Amino acid sequence: MTDNTVSDNASSSFVIRTSGLTKMYGSTVAVDQLDLAVPRGSVFAFLGRNGSGKTTTIRMLLGFEEATRGSAEVLGCDSRCLTPDLRNRIGYLTESHFAYGWMTIDECERFQSGSFDSWNRDLFEAVIQHFSLNRKSRVKHLSRGERAGVCLAMTLATEPELLILDDPALGLDPVARRGLLEAMLYVTRDDQRTILFSSHQIDDVERVADHVAILDRGVLRVQWLADEFRRRIGSWVLRFEGSALEIPEIPGLLGVSRFPGEIRINVVGDLDHADSRLRLLNEVQVERLDIGMDDAVVSYMDDRGRRRTLLQSIGAGE
Amino acid sequence: MAIEIQISPGTAAPIYRQVIDQVRLAIASAGLLAGEQLPSVRGLAERLLVNPNTIARAYREMERDGVLESRHGQGVFIAEQRRVFSDDERDRRVNQAIDALVSEAVALDFSAAEIRAAVDKRLKESRLGHSRKRS
Repeated sequence: MTDNTVSDNASSSFVIRTSGLTKMYGSTVAVDQLDLAVPRGSVFAFLGRNGSGKTTTIRMLLGFEEATRGSAEVLGCDSRCLTPDLRNRIGYLTESHFAYGWMTIDECERFQSGSFDSWNRDLFEAVIQHFSLNRKSRVKHLSRGERAGVCLAMTLATEPELLILDDPALGLDPVARRGLLEAMLYVTRDDQRTILFSSHQIDDVERVADHVAILDRGVLRVQWLADEFRRRIGSWVLRFEGSALEIPEIPGLLGVSRFPGEIRINVVGDLDHADSRLRLLNEVQVERLDIGMDDAVVSYMDDRGRRRTLLQSIGAGE
Repeated sequence: MAIEIQISPGTAAPIYRQVIDQVRLAIASAGLLAGEQLPSVRGLAERLLVNPNTIARAYREMERDGVLESRHGQGVFIAEQRRVFSDDERDRRVNQAIDALVSEAVALDFSAAEIRAAVDKRLKESRLGHSRKRS
């Protein structure tokens, strides 16, 4: 079940909307009845583990992949029939940072600027400079990070109204990653522009995202304002003597990690209720902790958090 | 004197909270005085590489608490500091801070005299130690 705080009225205020969007490969469900709503002007982080269905969703949004069931709308138009005009208003950076290897960066610019209505030469140049790229270099001779720079420059220079970045930080060094964040902030200077990006860099998400969605095995589990996401998840440590402790039924229990004499649990929803339930436990010292963005996100992805940690599976350390 | 705000993502404190804490600390230690201007929301967001909404929220909360004041068309400024908490809330906040100080200092094996001396030193460095008019 998804907790959805994005209000339902005024459909024009959403640049992306899906309804029951589903993709099956044979009997495998890759994307499961997705109801995604991306507000205009937002910086929307689309999170999930590898293979959780993010790229498949993005490809369906752009009409590159057919949905098995359900529908998707982008910029008010059904994804299955996006017109060239609409595609002109969308910037899409693929996960693999695709560009034609035989082209030089100069040729990439000529090629791309010819296919789009608007072209911001200065912006293209600025990104190329930031990534210290030589315009005469051929794409196939570039490192992964450099190629990402070229792709980012080509995507940004079209001044898209909707920017879709599929794991743009993949393979970037710290300097290039900073450049990427700066590029995203540049886009937000116009508050009518929207960014949907997937990432595994939770620090980057915490910096720039104002909305957070989490996909877990094809199911959308979170779709909240970023502030709200932080506020709705709580974390406790329970310390006790003895070997075992039964955790009471708590609504919204996300994850339980067991250590010798200590249990850590994360809860979403009514945190005061959870706190009072935990404090009823006998002979247990209960402490409520502040939770970082990273832990909050992981508690949604880590197999409902109920699994043992890798180190516990490996066995005793000393 | 310009304020040097630094944030670190990946910690338990949300970024807007880190900004508020640093501005308040700068005021308490007399690094920032009433009437001094803060960077614009957009300017600070781009310097810190964070979403402008995050800075806007921090500024909004500080305006609400009387820490900052926005002057129409000019920007955001440090306000004349006035009391914004009830007596009980004021007591609660200072006691919470004192508890943290005392337990940490005791755990680190400081004597009562040493703790008092260290606190006195900080008080002298703070706004209270400077002969500036309080509102």
